[in-house]
Amino acid sequence: MSFLNNVITGVSLGSIYAIIALGYTMVYGIAKMLNFAHGDVIMVGAYVCFFVMSGAAGLSPQAAVLASVGAVLLAAVVCTALGIVIERLAYKPLRSAPSLAVLITAIGVSYLLQNSAQLLWGADTKTFRPIVEGSLVLIPGQLSISYVAVLSIVCCVVVMAALTAFTGGTKLGKAMRACSEDKAAAQLMGIDVNATISMTFAIGSALAALAGVLMCSAYPVLSPTTGSLPGIRAFTAAVFGGIGSVPGALLGGILLGVIETFAKAYISTDLSDAVVFAVLIIVLLVKPAGLMGRYVPEKV
Amino acid sequence: MLTVNDINVYYGAIHAIKGVSFQVNDGEVVTLIGANGAGKSTILNTVCGLLHTRTGSIQFLDKNLASVPPHKVVELGMAHVPEGRRIFQQMTVEENLEMGAYTQPRASVDPNLERVYQQFPRLKERRKQVAGTLSGGEQQMLAMGRGLMSNPKLLMLDEPSMGLAPILVEQIFDIVKSLHKAGVTILLVEQNARMALSVADRGYVLETGKIVATGTGDDLLHNEAVKKAYLGG
Repeated sequence: MSFLNNVITGVSLGSIYAIIALGYTMVYGIAKMLNFAHGDVIMVGAYVCFFVMSGAAGLSPQAAVLASVGAVLLAAVVCTALGIVIERLAYKPLRSAPSLAVLITAIGVSYLLQNSAQLLWGADTKTFRPIVEGSLVLIPGQLSISYVAVLSIVCCVVVMAALTAFTGGTKLGKAMRACSEDKAAAQLMGIDVNATISMTFAIGSALAALAGVLMCSAYPVLSPTTGSLPGIRAFTAAVFGGIGSVPGALLGGILLGVIETFAKAYISTDLSDAVVFAVLIIVLLVKPAGLMGRYVPEKV
Repeated sequence: MLTVNDINVYYGAIHAIKGVSFQVNDGEVVTLIGANGAGKSTILNTVCGLLHTRTGSIQFLDKNLASVPPHKVVELGMAHVPEGRRIFQQMTVEENLEMGAYTQPRASVDPNLERVYQQFPRLKERRKQVAGTLSGGEQQMLAMGRGLMSNPKLLMLDEPSMGLAPILVEQIFDIVKSLHKAGVTILLVEQNARMALSVADRGYVLETGKIVATGTGDDLLHNEAVKKAYLGG
């Protein structure tokens, strides 16, 4: 039974990684940059949710449900705005700058967010109140699944389906794909590339907020650096699956969550990250573009 | 329709276009010919707003294009089929065409698709195929069809014959002729000067960023200097 429990934990953790990885992969696909501040947007989303949930302590069960929904929505709204502002102020001026300049700026934004959070909300670790509590008992005393885990998996599936429908079936979604393939050609079609990049950051940041809430509900501690490690792991998941690929982010996220959980359960808690990265390196040796990425040779 | 007046374009310190002026009138096919590096594509990219002029002006339908961003130029009625086709390789043929109609109201997308499919039956056969798997000639047709999806008043074609077998080049120029007959105004940039001049009403000869000769297509085709330089004697 502990094996099944580990699978459930791994898949639900992986679902959260996948939601974060989507943000990395979509932004990379369209802006060709690694947004290292993405992990810290998760943290901001979690703080917003934390304050709403703390304010809602002691409400009746019905009101508590409303508060939870409101907390998630508010977190998403705040993070969407934050994502758009970050893109506008920090990355847009560097659109034609060398990629190293953009990378360093992204690292700078990451620290800026962490330090601002520390200044505003203090460096101490806060205990997060999960948006849902309790678990679903499948076999009494042996197998159960927490409602947070269920919610994470459901959210991941819904987000994937929605994104697939968006990029495959809507005019804006197709324009997004066109921009990620060829920005100049997209402009010649009349597509506003800057607005499309902004929209991508908005979507990615809203997803980061959702992931932040889910993650802190599953592992209820919150501090200004809460987002950085999951951010790096989700970035790894995006590379694992093939950066730029939406299904790749899903696959990479789930695999990473499962491998991490199994490494913790059967090898060593301290070594779990090392195991994850060892697997990543092996995958990249065999498939340099990641599991579902496509290797695009440079045209001459 | 299009008036380009004494434009100067720079790539950093390089003076790429040196005081070029030309115009395209309603219903005309006008060609810019010249050797590789003469500045033909630079001119088209400047007209559609991807590059900027340092001095000079570009008027399209009596509107100054200086402050119009590239994605707004399409709405004014200009379509640019770029050099190297630049189709969206990972999208299907039909999705590529839909992107061509991005600025069009939803209701006109389907009639436009029908029109383009009529012009290029080959594209209709392959509408669900991923564009990157098309042959070179089909990709050029797709690029042209994509340009036509916005109902352009002016169609700019940049080297449509590049990299194509002679029989396909003929086909592409037949299409240019039929578009001309249908009343589309065309600005055509070509290295294949003989072909271009044979379909064009007027032509301009470009040499290292300057216009060195101009005349009707026939005039240029029989001009000794042009013959020597561009038509192989």
